[in-house]
Amino acid sequence: MAMDFDPSGRLPAFFQNSGTSSFTQFLTQAAPEMLPGRRPLPPGMAADIAPHGTTIVAIATAEGVVMGGDRRATMGNLIASRDIEKVHPADSYSLIGIAGTAGIGIELMRLFQVELEHYEKIEGTMLSLDGKANRLAGMVRGNLGAAMQGLAVVPLFAGFDLTPSDPARVGRIFSFDVAGGLYEETGYDSIGSGSLFAKSALKKKYRPGISTDEAVRLAVEALYDAADDDTATGGPDLTRKIFPVVMSATANGTHRLSEQEITAVAEQVVSGRMENPGG
Amino acid sequence: MAMQFYASPEQVQRDRSEYARKGIARGRSAVVLTYEGGILLVAENITTLRKISEIYDKIGFAAVGRYNEFENLRRAGVRMADLNGYSYDRRDVTGRGLANAYTQTLGAIFTETQKPYEVEICVAQVGSSPETDELYRITYDGSVMDEPGFMAMGGQAEAISNVLRERHDTAADLPAALALAAEALGSVGGENGATRQLTTKQLEVAVLDRRRKGRAFRRIAGAALSTLLEGGQDVPEKELGDVDAAPPSPATDKPTVSAASEEDAKDKPATSKAAEPKDPAEPADGVNGDGS
Repeated sequence: MAMDFDPSGRLPAFFQNSGTSSFTQFLTQAAPEMLPGRRPLPPGMAADIAPHGTTIVAIATAEGVVMGGDRRATMGNLIASRDIEKVHPADSYSLIGIAGTAGIGIELMRLFQVELEHYEKIEGTMLSLDGKANRLAGMVRGNLGAAMQGLAVVPLFAGFDLTPSDPARVGRIFSFDVAGGLYEETGYDSIGSGSLFAKSALKKKYRPGISTDEAVRLAVEALYDAADDDTATGGPDLTRKIFPVVMSATANGTHRLSEQEITAVAEQVVSGRMENPGG
Repeated sequence: MAMQFYASPEQVQRDRSEYARKGIARGRSAVVLTYEGGILLVAENITTLRKISEIYDKIGFAAVGRYNEFENLRRAGVRMADLNGYSYDRRDVTGRGLANAYTQTLGAIFTETQKPYEVEICVAQVGSSPETDELYRITYDGSVMDEPGFMAMGGQAEAISNVLRERHDTAADLPAALALAAEALGSVGGENGATRQLTTKQLEVAVLDRRRKGRAFRRIAGAALSTLLEGGQDVPEKELGDVDAAPPSPATDKPTVSAASEEDAKDKPATSKAAEPKDPAEPADGVNGDGS
């Protein structure tokens, strides 16, 4: 870390600057090498050197949002990981899922988590949901250089809005593009290699105002459909008991479905598909 | 050329100390004490500007003195904790490390600058039992003390400490600990040495809850604080459990109601922006956001 060796031992001046409430902004002074997007990359495509995470779905419900992600990471034709977790809480009321280069995605997600918590502690108040989404868009934009060389990462962000402009829309979903474009989605969205199939599944089954439990089921169904047609997306692994990570964000905060809960849902989905493979 | 008067180093240090002490003594006090369920931080504070805040998962911060100076230190602490937690692991952020940084910083400021900081701060780290709790008192000159389970800071800290010393009990529950803290703070500053009864509006209260996973810090304000303060031991156990288990406030940490918003404005005169927390009837209130 770039902490100078001040013989007095006091913290470097930028620790005490009143300036910013942003952790990333602070890192540009304290430890710029820790920021993604600040590292010079050698020229050339590097898409195949690191594992890629795949499909994430998010669904807005009457109580908030549900987000689910499959557990596979791939490297070319290989499965790099069977049990990677790509959906995480961003803070007490919001969720983030990542698709793309797993290493950079996980770093981005960790940084975003600290960013939100840091702001909350410094300012004594949480960022608004739009504020969080904008912040994340900025961080994705910072990775544009690496994205152009094949190390792209695209998050999906969803959360419970504590101050909704429309009380019926407490769950909101935001998607991003590699250039940092921010788009608010209506109802549901999906990212990653299997997103095409997941979205098609959601389009047919989603209706506004569904309950959290229904949305959980729907998310697992959509991930099943994605895995059905996309090699890079993993389906429910019954032999190893590896099932999608599904989380919800409601007025009660974020909640990750326990092992038992998700096992039950996944088994229902699979047994349904035994009779009707198309779902 | 103007003649420089000689002042001995001792004299300079004494003058600075006296200056800092006077500044601190002008302000209201704060107490920090351990209880069975965690660490309780209580400050006498009628403003919305905070004297108590969260630094990290298990670490809280309380301060008295000049606001701009301890706010500056608080930010530095949050930055340091988040930086270390991000580059290593959340478990690697410790109260002692933070206390060290503060003592160095305050020590350097005291000896090197014209004006010392007029602050006294407490870094509290909650452990799995009262014995493993850590309380560090760091004073304006950078000296640091490891306090045994309770401490008082600010004007007349000595008198407040005496009350705490006699009655402090690490096995006390939250209402008992809060009652003791309020009584200790109210034991000074009354007319002709009379005790004062502090109300919800005069207190800023937070706990580091040792049973909570992840971020242990939560504020107690509004309805929950009134229940604890007024009801004391007579509050039904169940209700207390609720208060204890659910943080009344992500409320304080949520953006919903600002001091200027309608709800607040209509039931309060414009001048009292006192640390009245958000409307306790709101749905998200009193709910434990499980961010862990």
